[in-house]
Amino acid sequence: MVANAKARSTDFNFAEFVRRFWKKQGQNILLPVLGILLFLTIWQLLSSAGVTRLPGPLSVWTEQRTRELLLYPFYDRGGLDKGLFWQTLASLGRVAKGYSAAAIIGISMGVLIGVSPVLNKMLDPLFQFLRMIAPLAWVPIALIALQQNQRAAIFVIFITSVWPILINTAEGVRQVPQDYINVAKVLRISRWTYFFRILMPSALPYIFTGLRIAIGLAWLAIIAAEIVMTGIVGIGFFIWEAYQQSFLSDIILAVIYIGAIGLLLDRVVAYIQQLILPTGK
Amino acid sequence: MKVTPMLNQSQTLVLESPQQHSSDSFLSLTDVSKVYPTPKGDYVVLRDINLTIASGEFICLIGHSGCGKTTLLNMVSGFAQPTDGNVKLRGKSITEPGPDRMVVFQNYALLPWLTAFENVYMAVDAVHPGKPEAQKRAIVREHLALVGLADAMEKKPPQLSGGMKQRVAIARALAIRPEVLILDEPFGALDAITKEELQEELLKIWNDHRCTVLMITHDIDEALFLADRLVMMTNGPAATIGEVMEIPFPRPRDRTQIMEDPEYYNLRNYALDFLYHRFAHDVD
Repeated sequence: MVANAKARSTDFNFAEFVRRFWKKQGQNILLPVLGILLFLTIWQLLSSAGVTRLPGPLSVWTEQRTRELLLYPFYDRGGLDKGLFWQTLASLGRVAKGYSAAAIIGISMGVLIGVSPVLNKMLDPLFQFLRMIAPLAWVPIALIALQQNQRAAIFVIFITSVWPILINTAEGVRQVPQDYINVAKVLRISRWTYFFRILMPSALPYIFTGLRIAIGLAWLAIIAAEIVMTGIVGIGFFIWEAYQQSFLSDIILAVIYIGAIGLLLDRVVAYIQQLILPTGK
Repeated sequence: MKVTPMLNQSQTLVLESPQQHSSDSFLSLTDVSKVYPTPKGDYVVLRDINLTIASGEFICLIGHSGCGKTTLLNMVSGFAQPTDGNVKLRGKSITEPGPDRMVVFQNYALLPWLTAFENVYMAVDAVHPGKPEAQKRAIVREHLALVGLADAMEKKPPQLSGGMKQRVAIARALAIRPEVLILDEPFGALDAITKEELQEELLKIWNDHRCTVLMITHDIDEALFLADRLVMMTNGPAATIGEVMEIPFPRPRDRTQIMEDPEYYNLRNYALDFLYHRFAHDVD
Protein backbone atom coordinates (compact mmCIF):
# COMPACT_ATOMS: atom_id res chain seq x y z
CA MET A 1 0.00 0.00 0.00
CA VAL A 2 2.80 2.25 0.92
CA ALA A 3 4.61 1.34 -2.28
CA ASN A 4 1.46 1.97 -4.23
CA ALA A 5 0.98 5.35 -2.71
CA LYS A 6 4.61 6.15 -3.41
CA ALA A 7 4.34 5.05 -7.03
CA ARG A 8 1.24 7.10 -7.50
CA SER A 9 2.82 10.12 -5.94
CA THR A 10 5.90 9.78 -8.20
CA ASP A 11 3.62 9.47 -11.18
CA PHE A 12 1.77 12.50 -10.15
CA ASN A 13 5.01 14.36 -9.48
CA PHE A 14 6.41 13.42 -12.83
CA ALA A 15 3.35 14.64 -14.69
CA GLU A 16 3.42 17.76 -12.57
CA PHE A 17 7.11 18.16 -13.33
CA VAL A 18 6.55 17.89 -17.08
CA ARG A 19 3.67 20.29 -16.91
CA ARG A 20 5.67 22.83 -14.91
CA PHE A 21 8.72 22.39 -17.08
CA TRP A 22 6.64 22.97 -20.17
CA LYS A 23 5.03 26.01 -18.65
CA LYS A 24 8.38 27.46 -17.73
CA GLN A 25 10.63 26.33 -20.57
CA GLY A 26 8.14 25.52 -23.34
CA GLN A 27 8.30 28.96 -24.85
CA ASN A 28 12.06 29.07 -24.52
CA ILE A 29 12.47 25.91 -26.56
CA LEU A 30 9.43 25.94 -28.82
CA LEU A 31 9.76 29.48 -30.11
CA PRO A 32 13.40 29.31 -31.23
CA VAL A 33 12.77 25.97 -32.95
CA LEU A 34 9.73 27.48 -34.64
CA GLY A 35 11.82 30.44 -35.78
CA ILE A 36 14.51 28.25 -37.29
CA LEU A 37 11.97 26.01 -39.05
CA LEU A 38 10.20 29.02 -40.48
CA PHE A 39 13.45 30.44 -41.80
CA LEU A 40 14.48 27.13 -43.40
CA THR A 41 11.04 26.65 -44.96
CA ILE A 42 11.04 30.07 -46.59
CA TRP A 43 14.55 29.48 -47.86
CA GLN A 44 13.61 26.06 -49.26
CA LEU A 45 10.51 27.52 -50.93
CA LEU A 46 12.41 30.40 -52.51
CA SER A 47 15.04 28.02 -53.80
CA SER A 48 12.51 25.48 -55.14
CA ALA A 49 10.53 28.22 -56.84
CA GLY A 50 13.68 29.23 -58.68
CA VAL A 51 13.85 32.73 -57.21
CA THR A 52 17.50 32.13 -56.30
CA ARG A 53 20.19 29.88 -57.68
CA LEU A 54 21.22 29.05 -54.11
CA PRO A 55 20.16 25.50 -53.27
CA GLY A 56 17.70 25.05 -50.42
CA PRO A 57 18.73 23.66 -47.02
CA LEU A 58 17.49 20.19 -47.94
CA SER A 59 20.23 19.95 -50.58
CA VAL A 60 22.69 19.29 -47.75
CA TRP A 61 21.04 15.87 -47.59
CA THR A 62 19.73 15.35 -51.12
CA GLU A 63 23.00 16.20 -52.86
CA GLN A 64 25.09 13.03 -52.91
CA ARG A 65 28.47 14.81 -52.51
CA THR A 66 27.37 16.94 -49.61
CA ARG A 67 25.68 14.05 -47.84
CA GLU A 68 29.00 12.24 -47.82
CA LEU A 69 30.69 15.28 -46.31
CA LEU A 70 27.94 15.47 -43.72
CA LEU A 71 28.13 11.77 -42.81
CA TYR A 72 31.91 11.34 -42.93
CA PRO A 73 33.55 14.35 -41.33
CA PHE A 74 36.69 12.33 -40.46
CA TYR A 75 37.76 11.06 -43.90
CA ASP A 76 41.23 11.96 -45.10
CA ARG A 77 42.31 11.26 -48.68
CA GLY A 78 45.49 13.25 -48.32
CA GLY A 79 46.32 16.72 -49.61
CA LEU A 80 43.44 19.15 -49.38
CA ASP A 81 40.83 16.41 -49.70
CA LYS A 82 39.87 16.00 -46.07
CA GLY A 83 36.61 15.73 -44.10
CA LEU A 84 35.06 18.81 -42.56
CA PHE A 85 36.31 17.85 -39.10
CA TRP A 86 39.92 18.12 -40.27
CA GLN A 87 39.22 21.31 -42.21
CA THR A 88 37.67 22.88 -39.14
CA LEU A 89 40.44 21.61 -36.88
CA ALA A 90 43.10 23.18 -39.12
CA SER A 91 41.28 26.54 -38.93
CA LEU A 92 40.84 26.20 -35.19
CA GLY A 93 44.55 25.49 -34.83
CA ARG A 94 45.35 28.78 -36.53
CA VAL A 95 42.83 30.59 -34.35
CA ALA A 96 44.37 29.04 -31.25
CA LYS A 97 47.83 30.32 -32.20
CA GLY A 98 46.78 33.77 -33.35
CA TYR A 99 44.35 34.27 -30.48
CA SER A 100 46.84 33.14 -27.84
CA ALA A 101 49.40 35.58 -29.20
CA ALA A 102 46.73 38.31 -29.20
CA ALA A 103 45.80 37.49 -25.60
CA ILE A 104 49.38 37.53 -24.34
CA ILE A 105 50.42 40.68 -26.19
CA GLY A 106 47.06 42.40 -25.81
CA ILE A 107 46.96 41.93 -22.04
CA SER A 108 50.59 42.91 -21.44
CA MET A 109 50.45 45.96 -23.72
CA GLY A 110 47.06 46.86 -22.24
CA VAL A 111 48.47 46.83 -18.72
CA LEU A 112 51.44 48.99 -19.78
CA ILE A 113 49.22 51.50 -21.53
CA GLY A 114 46.71 51.51 -18.69
CA VAL A 115 49.44 52.18 -16.13
CA SER A 116 51.38 54.77 -18.11
CA PRO A 117 49.56 57.90 -19.29
CA VAL A 118 52.60 58.78 -21.44
CA LEU A 119 52.50 55.50 -23.36
CA ASN A 120 48.75 55.85 -23.63
CA LYS A 121 48.98 59.31 -25.21
CA MET A 122 51.71 58.08 -27.52
CA LEU A 123 50.05 54.90 -28.76
CA ASP A 124 46.31 55.28 -28.38
CA PRO A 125 45.70 57.18 -31.65
CA LEU A 126 47.76 54.61 -33.54
CA PHE A 127 45.81 51.74 -32.03
CA GLN A 128 42.48 53.42 -32.66
CA PHE A 129 43.53 53.77 -36.30
CA LEU A 130 44.86 50.25 -36.71
CA ARG A 131 41.84 48.57 -35.16
CA MET A 132 39.62 50.02 -37.88
CA ILE A 133 41.42 48.06 -40.59
CA ALA A 134 39.39 45.05 -41.71
CA PRO A 135 40.94 41.57 -41.52
CA LEU A 136 40.84 41.18 -45.28
CA ALA A 137 42.87 44.34 -45.80
CA TRP A 138 45.61 42.84 -43.65
CA VAL A 139 45.87 39.72 -45.81
CA PRO A 140 48.01 41.14 -48.66
CA ILE A 141 50.18 43.01 -46.16
CA ALA A 142 50.65 39.86 -44.12
CA LEU A 143 51.45 37.79 -47.20
CA ILE A 144 54.04 40.29 -48.41
CA ALA A 145 55.60 40.71 -45.01
CA LEU A 146 55.65 37.06 -43.97
CA GLN A 147 55.85 35.30 -47.35
CA GLN A 148 53.98 32.25 -46.13
CA ASN A 149 50.29 31.34 -46.00
CA GLN A 150 50.28 29.71 -42.59
CA ARG A 151 52.15 32.51 -40.82
CA ALA A 152 50.18 35.18 -42.64
CA ALA A 153 46.88 33.59 -41.59
CA ILE A 154 47.95 33.51 -37.96
CA PHE A 155 49.11 37.11 -38.18
CA VAL A 156 45.74 38.20 -39.57
CA ILE A 157 43.96 36.54 -36.66
CA PHE A 158 46.36 38.14 -34.24
CA ILE A 159 46.05 41.64 -35.65
CA THR A 160 42.25 41.41 -35.78
CA SER A 161 41.70 40.11 -32.28
CA VAL A 162 44.42 41.96 -30.35
CA TRP A 163 42.68 45.36 -30.26
CA PRO A 164 39.62 44.61 -28.16
CA ILE A 165 41.84 42.75 -25.67
CA LEU A 166 44.36 45.56 -25.51
CA ILE A 167 41.87 48.40 -25.28
CA ASN A 168 39.67 46.68 -22.70
CA THR A 169 42.64 45.68 -20.56
CA ALA A 170 43.96 49.25 -20.59
CA GLU A 171 40.52 50.53 -19.62
CA GLY A 172 40.24 47.96 -16.83
CA VAL A 173 43.61 49.00 -15.45
CA ARG A 174 42.62 52.68 -15.56
CA GLN A 175 39.34 51.89 -13.79
CA VAL A 176 40.87 50.39 -10.65
CA PRO A 177 38.68 52.02 -7.97
CA GLN A 178 40.38 54.82 -6.03
CA ASP A 179 39.48 53.03 -2.78
CA TYR A 180 41.69 50.07 -3.66
CA ILE A 181 44.52 52.37 -4.68
CA ASN A 182 44.19 54.21 -1.36
CA VAL A 183 44.34 50.95 0.57
CA ALA A 184 47.50 50.04 -1.33
CA LYS A 185 48.99 53.46 -0.57
CA VAL A 186 48.23 53.50 3.12
CA LEU A 187 49.57 49.96 3.57
CA ARG A 188 52.52 50.68 1.26
CA ILE A 189 51.88 47.40 -0.49
CA SER A 190 54.72 46.13 -2.68
CA ARG A 191 54.41 46.61 -6.42
CA TRP A 192 54.30 42.88 -6.90
CA THR A 193 51.40 42.37 -4.51
CA TYR A 194 49.62 45.41 -5.92
CA PHE A 195 49.87 44.03 -9.43
CA PHE A 196 48.70 40.51 -8.70
CA ARG A 197 46.27 41.03 -5.84
CA ILE A 198 44.70 44.38 -6.70
CA LEU A 199 45.35 45.57 -10.24
CA MET A 200 44.85 42.34 -12.18
CA PRO A 201 41.80 41.06 -10.27
CA SER A 202 40.22 44.47 -10.58
CA ALA A 203 40.86 44.62 -14.34
CA LEU A 204 39.85 41.00 -14.91
CA PRO A 205 36.20 41.63 -15.85
CA TYR A 206 37.35 44.13 -18.48
CA ILE A 207 40.00 41.73 -19.77
CA PHE A 208 37.38 39.03 -20.19
CA THR A 209 35.09 41.38 -22.06
CA GLY A 210 37.98 41.97 -24.45
CA LEU A 211 38.75 38.26 -24.74
CA ARG A 212 35.14 37.47 -25.50
CA ILE A 213 34.86 40.08 -28.25
CA ALA A 214 38.21 38.94 -29.61
CA ILE A 215 37.35 35.25 -29.95
CA GLY A 216 34.43 36.14 -32.20
CA LEU A 217 36.62 38.43 -34.30
CA ALA A 218 39.36 35.81 -34.52
CA TRP A 219 36.95 33.27 -35.92
CA LEU A 220 35.56 35.79 -38.40
CA ALA A 221 39.08 36.67 -39.44
CA ILE A 222 40.30 33.13 -40.10
CA ILE A 223 37.50 32.41 -42.54
CA ALA A 224 38.18 35.65 -44.40
CA ALA A 225 41.92 35.05 -44.39
CA GLU A 226 41.71 31.45 -45.62
CA ILE A 227 39.35 32.32 -48.43
CA VAL A 228 42.02 34.50 -49.94
CA MET A 229 44.85 32.03 -49.42
CA THR A 230 45.19 29.18 -51.87
CA GLY A 231 46.25 25.65 -51.15
CA ILE A 232 45.75 25.29 -47.43
CA VAL A 233 43.58 22.96 -45.37
CA GLY A 234 40.93 24.99 -43.59
CA ILE A 235 37.22 25.57 -43.57
CA GLY A 236 37.58 29.01 -45.14
CA PHE A 237 39.53 27.77 -48.11
CA PHE A 238 37.20 24.79 -48.35
CA ILE A 239 34.32 27.21 -48.99
CA TRP A 240 36.25 29.03 -51.69
CA GLU A 241 37.23 25.80 -53.36
CA ALA A 242 33.63 24.59 -53.32
CA TYR A 243 32.52 27.88 -54.85
CA GLN A 244 35.11 27.64 -57.63
CA GLN A 245 33.81 24.19 -58.49
CA SER A 246 30.13 25.10 -58.00
CA PHE A 247 29.53 22.61 -55.17
CA LEU A 248 26.96 24.98 -53.78
CA SER A 249 25.43 22.73 -51.13
CA ASP A 250 28.95 22.06 -49.79
CA ILE A 251 29.16 25.76 -49.04
CA ILE A 252 25.92 25.64 -47.07
CA LEU A 253 27.18 22.75 -44.97
CA ALA A 254 30.49 24.52 -44.31
CA VAL A 255 28.68 27.69 -43.29
CA ILE A 256 26.64 25.71 -40.76
CA TYR A 257 29.94 24.38 -39.37
CA ILE A 258 31.34 27.89 -39.13
CA GLY A 259 28.31 29.25 -37.31
CA ALA A 260 28.24 26.33 -34.90
CA ILE A 261 31.96 26.55 -34.10
CA GLY A 262 31.76 30.33 -33.63
CA LEU A 263 28.88 29.92 -31.21
CA LEU A 264 30.78 27.20 -29.39
CA LEU A 265 33.94 29.32 -29.06
CA ASP A 266 31.93 32.20 -27.64
CA ARG A 267 30.23 29.88 -25.15
CA VAL A 268 33.56 28.40 -24.08
CA VAL A 269 35.05 31.82 -23.33
CA ALA A 270 31.82 32.85 -21.59
CA TYR A 271 32.02 29.68 -19.50
CA ILE A 272 35.63 30.33 -18.48
CA GLN A 273 34.67 33.91 -17.69
CA GLN A 274 31.91 32.64 -15.42
CA LEU A 275 34.27 30.21 -13.70
CA ILE A 276 36.86 32.88 -12.96
CA LEU A 277 34.48 35.70 -12.11
CA PRO A 278 31.96 33.82 -9.99
CA THR A 279 29.95 36.70 -8.53
CA GLY A 280 29.78 38.52 -11.84
CA LYS A 281 31.96 41.14 -10.23
CA MET B 1 50.29 41.77 26.10
CA LYS B 2 49.64 43.71 22.93
CA VAL B 3 49.82 47.00 24.79
CA THR B 4 53.51 46.64 25.49
CA PRO B 5 54.79 48.09 22.19
CA MET B 6 52.55 51.12 22.64
CA LEU B 7 53.95 51.73 26.09
CA ASN B 8 57.46 51.48 24.74
CA GLN B 9 56.66 54.02 22.09
CA SER B 10 55.34 56.54 24.56
CA GLN B 11 58.39 56.02 26.71
CA THR B 12 60.75 56.73 23.85
CA LEU B 13 58.60 59.72 23.03
CA VAL B 14 59.14 61.11 26.51
CA LEU B 15 62.85 60.52 26.18
CA GLU B 16 63.06 62.14 22.77
CA SER B 17 61.17 65.30 23.60
CA PRO B 18 61.86 66.47 27.09
CA GLN B 19 59.36 69.35 26.98
CA GLN B 20 56.60 69.35 29.53
CA HIS B 21 53.69 68.90 27.16
CA SER B 22 55.35 66.24 25.06
CA SER B 23 52.33 63.98 25.07
CA ASP B 24 50.15 66.90 23.94
CA SER B 25 52.10 67.32 20.74
CA PHE B 26 51.72 63.71 19.64
CA LEU B 27 49.70 64.86 16.66
CA SER B 28 49.52 68.53 15.85
CA LEU B 29 47.92 70.65 13.17
CA THR B 30 49.33 74.17 13.17
CA ASP B 31 47.84 77.06 11.15
CA VAL B 32 46.71 74.58 8.54
CA SER B 33 44.84 75.74 5.47
CA LYS B 34 43.87 73.95 2.31
CA VAL B 35 43.27 75.84 -0.91
CA TYR B 36 42.36 74.37 -4.27
CA PRO B 37 43.20 76.58 -7.22
CA THR B 38 40.32 76.75 -9.70
CA PRO B 39 39.91 78.69 -12.96
CA LYS B 40 37.66 81.13 -11.09
CA GLY B 41 40.30 81.72 -8.43
CA ASP B 42 41.34 79.97 -5.27
CA TYR B 43 38.83 77.84 -3.45
CA VAL B 44 39.57 77.79 0.28
CA VAL B 45 38.40 74.58 1.87
CA LEU B 46 39.96 74.95 5.30
CA ARG B 47 41.71 77.80 7.08
CA ASP B 48 43.38 78.46 10.41
CA ILE B 49 43.11 74.92 11.69
CA ASN B 50 44.91 74.51 15.00
CA LEU B 51 44.52 71.31 16.92
CA THR B 52 46.78 69.23 19.10
CA ILE B 53 45.88 65.69 19.95
CA ALA B 54 47.42 63.64 22.74
CA SER B 55 48.49 60.06 22.26
CA GLY B 56 45.62 57.70 22.93
CA GLU B 57 42.93 60.34 22.63
CA PHE B 58 39.61 59.62 20.94
CA ILE B 59 38.57 62.60 18.81
CA CYS B 60 35.35 62.96 16.86
CA LEU B 61 34.84 65.55 14.14
CA ILE B 62 31.40 66.83 13.34
CA GLY B 63 30.14 69.39 10.86
CA HIS B 64 27.87 69.80 7.88
CA SER B 65 28.79 68.20 4.59
CA GLY B 66 31.21 70.29 2.58
CA CYS B 67 32.98 71.63 5.65
CA GLY B 68 36.22 69.89 4.83
CA LYS B 69 36.19 67.20 7.50
CA THR B 70 37.43 64.59 5.08
CA THR B 71 40.09 66.98 3.76
CA LEU B 72 41.25 67.51 7.33
CA LEU B 73 41.55 63.76 7.92
CA ASN B 74 43.26 63.31 4.56
CA MET B 75 46.01 65.64 5.70
CA VAL B 76 46.57 63.44 8.74
CA SER B 77 46.45 60.22 6.73
CA GLY B 78 48.77 61.80 4.16
CA PHE B 79 46.48 61.61 1.13
CA ALA B 80 46.48 65.43 1.00
CA GLN B 81 49.03 68.04 1.98
CA PRO B 82 48.19 71.35 3.61
CA THR B 83 48.62 74.44 1.43
CA ASP B 84 49.87 76.33 4.46
CA GLY B 85 50.84 75.31 7.94
CA ASN B 86 51.91 71.86 8.95
CA VAL B 87 50.60 68.56 10.21
CA LYS B 88 53.04 66.70 12.42
CA LEU B 89 53.05 63.30 14.04
CA ARG B 90 55.63 63.08 16.83
CA GLY B 91 57.20 66.24 15.48
CA LYS B 92 57.61 64.87 11.96
CA SER B 93 55.74 66.40 9.05
CA ILE B 94 53.29 64.03 7.38
CA THR B 95 54.09 63.77 3.69
CA GLU B 96 52.55 60.53 2.50
CA PRO B 97 50.14 57.80 3.60
CA GLY B 98 51.56 55.08 5.78
CA PRO B 99 50.42 52.19 7.95
CA ASP B 100 51.14 54.08 11.18
CA ARG B 101 48.05 56.15 10.30
CA MET B 102 45.62 53.49 9.15
CA VAL B 103 42.34 54.51 7.60
CA VAL B 104 38.95 52.83 7.79
CA PHE B 105 37.45 54.08 4.57
CA GLN B 106 33.90 55.33 4.19
CA ASN B 107 32.81 52.48 1.95
CA TYR B 108 34.93 49.77 3.58
CA ALA B 109 37.36 49.48 0.64
CA LEU B 110 37.64 45.71 0.97
CA LEU B 111 38.88 43.75 -1.99
CA PRO B 112 35.86 41.72 -3.13
CA TRP B 113 37.93 38.90 -4.64
CA LEU B 114 39.68 38.16 -1.35
CA THR B 115 38.11 36.51 1.70
CA ALA B 116 37.79 38.44 4.96
CA PHE B 117 40.87 36.58 6.17
CA GLU B 118 42.88 37.42 3.05
CA ASN B 119 41.86 41.07 3.21
CA VAL B 120 43.25 41.38 6.71
CA TYR B 121 46.22 39.17 5.93
CA MET B 122 47.23 41.41 3.04
CA ALA B 123 47.55 44.34 5.45
CA VAL B 124 49.46 42.35 8.08
CA ASP B 125 51.75 40.93 5.42
CA ALA B 126 52.42 44.37 3.94
CA VAL B 127 53.35 45.84 7.31
CA HIS B 128 55.30 42.87 8.69
CA PRO B 129 56.79 41.15 5.65
CA GLY B 130 59.49 39.54 7.77
CA LYS B 131 57.28 37.88 10.37
CA PRO B 132 56.80 34.13 10.15
CA GLU B 133 53.70 33.04 8.26
CA ALA B 134 52.14 31.31 11.27
CA GLN B 135 52.49 34.43 13.38
CA LYS B 136 50.89 36.60 10.70
CA ARG B 137 47.99 34.19 10.37
CA ALA B 138 47.56 34.20 14.13
CA ILE B 139 47.38 38.01 14.16
CA VAL B 140 44.71 37.93 11.46
CA ARG B 141 42.63 35.34 13.28
CA GLU B 142 42.97 37.19 16.57
CA HIS B 143 41.70 40.46 15.11
CA LEU B 144 38.86 38.92 13.15
CA ALA B 145 37.79 37.19 16.36
CA LEU B 146 38.06 40.53 18.16
CA VAL B 147 35.36 42.01 15.92
CA GLY B 148 33.26 38.86 16.17
CA LEU B 149 33.99 37.43 12.74
CA ALA B 150 35.74 34.21 13.72
CA ASP B 151 33.12 32.22 11.82
CA ALA B 152 33.04 34.35 8.69
CA MET B 153 36.77 34.48 7.94
CA GLU B 154 36.51 32.52 4.72
CA LYS B 155 33.66 34.58 3.31
CA LYS B 156 34.17 37.16 0.63
CA PRO B 157 32.85 40.72 1.02
CA PRO B 158 29.91 40.28 -1.39
CA GLN B 159 28.61 37.57 0.97
CA LEU B 160 28.89 39.84 4.02
CA SER B 161 26.39 42.37 5.35
CA GLY B 162 27.33 46.04 5.65
CA GLY B 163 28.02 45.68 9.36
CA MET B 164 30.23 42.65 8.79
CA LYS B 165 32.16 44.43 6.04
CA GLN B 166 32.82 47.32 8.37
CA ARG B 167 33.98 44.85 11.02
CA VAL B 168 36.47 43.38 8.55
CA ALA B 169 37.68 46.88 7.70
CA ILE B 170 38.15 47.65 11.40
CA ALA B 171 39.92 44.34 11.99
CA ARG B 172 42.21 45.11 9.05
CA ALA B 173 43.00 48.52 10.49
CA LEU B 174 43.63 47.27 14.02
CA ALA B 175 45.64 44.23 12.98
CA ILE B 176 48.54 46.41 11.87
CA ARG B 177 48.59 48.31 15.18
CA PRO B 178 48.46 51.84 13.83
CA GLU B 179 49.43 54.72 16.10
CA VAL B 180 46.55 56.71 14.70
CA LEU B 181 43.30 55.15 13.56
CA ILE B 182 41.35 57.30 11.13
CA LEU B 183 37.69 56.56 10.50
CA ASP B 184 35.67 58.47 7.92
CA GLU B 185 32.04 58.14 8.95
CA PRO B 186 32.44 54.43 9.55
CA PHE B 187 28.92 53.68 10.71
CA GLY B 188 26.94 56.07 8.53
CA ALA B 189 25.53 53.38 6.25
CA LEU B 190 24.54 50.95 8.98
CA ASP B 191 21.20 50.35 10.68
CA ALA B 192 20.75 51.69 14.21
CA ILE B 193 21.28 48.41 16.04
CA THR B 194 24.38 47.35 14.13
CA LYS B 195 25.69 50.84 14.58
CA GLU B 196 25.37 50.72 18.37
CA GLU B 197 26.94 47.27 18.48
CA LEU B 198 29.91 48.41 16.46
CA GLN B 199 30.32 51.58 18.50
CA GLU B 200 30.54 49.48 21.63
CA GLU B 201 32.99 47.06 20.05
CA LEU B 202 35.16 49.89 18.78
CA LEU B 203 35.17 51.50 22.21
CA LYS B 204 36.06 48.23 23.90
CA ILE B 205 38.90 47.59 21.49
CA TRP B 206 40.13 51.15 21.89
CA ASN B 207 40.03 50.73 25.68
CA ASP B 208 42.22 47.66 25.35
CA HIS B 209 44.68 49.01 22.81
CA ARG B 210 44.60 52.78 23.24
CA CYS B 211 45.58 53.97 19.82
CA THR B 212 44.72 57.54 18.93
CA VAL B 213 41.43 57.73 17.09
CA LEU B 214 40.22 60.41 14.70
CA MET B 215 36.70 59.85 13.52
CA ILE B 216 34.27 61.77 11.37
CA THR B 217 30.64 61.42 12.32
CA HIS B 218 27.29 63.00 11.60
CA ASP B 219 25.79 61.62 14.75
CA ILE B 220 26.05 63.68 17.94
CA ASP B 221 25.05 60.76 20.18
CA GLU B 222 27.75 58.64 18.61
CA ALA B 223 30.33 61.34 19.30
CA LEU B 224 29.17 61.83 22.89
CA PHE B 225 29.38 58.11 23.55
CA LEU B 226 32.79 57.58 21.98
CA ALA B 227 34.94 60.69 22.07
CA ASP B 228 37.13 62.45 24.60
CA ARG B 229 36.73 65.63 22.62
CA LEU B 230 34.32 66.66 19.90
CA VAL B 231 35.69 68.99 17.25
CA MET B 232 32.88 71.05 15.75
CA MET B 233 33.55 72.59 12.36
CA THR B 234 32.06 75.77 10.93
CA ASN B 235 30.54 75.69 7.46
CA GLY B 236 32.56 75.68 4.28
CA PRO B 237 33.99 77.16 2.20
CA ALA B 238 36.89 78.36 4.31
CA ALA B 239 35.73 76.23 7.21
CA THR B 240 37.64 76.10 10.43
CA ILE B 241 37.31 74.61 13.87
CA GLY B 242 34.41 76.37 15.55
CA GLU B 243 34.65 74.86 18.98
CA VAL B 244 36.15 71.87 20.71
CA MET B 245 33.92 70.27 23.29
CA GLU B 246 35.35 68.22 26.14
CA ILE B 247 33.28 65.14 26.87
CA PRO B 248 33.92 64.38 30.54
CA PHE B 249 32.16 61.04 31.04
CA PRO B 250 34.37 58.54 32.82
CA ARG B 251 35.54 55.40 31.07
CA PRO B 252 34.75 52.64 30.52
CA ARG B 253 31.49 54.17 29.36
CA ASP B 254 28.09 52.63 29.55
CA ARG B 255 25.53 53.93 27.10
CA THR B 256 22.53 53.86 29.45
CA GLN B 257 24.52 55.37 32.27
CA ILE B 258 25.77 58.37 30.34
CA MET B 259 22.37 58.93 28.80
CA GLU B 260 20.92 59.26 32.30
CA ASP B 261 23.49 61.90 33.14
CA PRO B 262 21.90 65.38 32.90
CA GLU B 263 25.23 66.67 31.59
CA TYR B 264 24.68 64.47 28.52
CA TYR B 265 21.72 66.60 27.44
CA ASN B 266 23.52 69.85 28.14
CA LEU B 267 26.34 68.75 25.86
CA ARG B 268 23.96 67.36 23.29
CA ASN B 269 21.88 70.53 23.17
CA TYR B 270 25.00 72.63 22.99
CA ALA B 271 26.27 70.67 20.00
CA LEU B 272 22.85 70.73 18.34
CA ASP B 273 22.66 74.45 18.87
CA PHE B 274 26.08 74.86 17.31
CA LEU B 275 25.16 72.79 14.26
CA TYR B 276 21.58 73.90 13.66
CA HIS B 277 21.44 77.48 14.88
CA ARG B 278 24.82 79.07 15.03
CA PHE B 279 26.15 77.26 11.97
CA ALA B 280 22.98 76.09 10.32
CA HIS B 281 23.47 74.73 6.86
CA ASP B 282 21.72 77.02 4.43
CA VAL B 283 22.21 74.87 1.34
CA ASP B 284 20.27 71.75 2.20
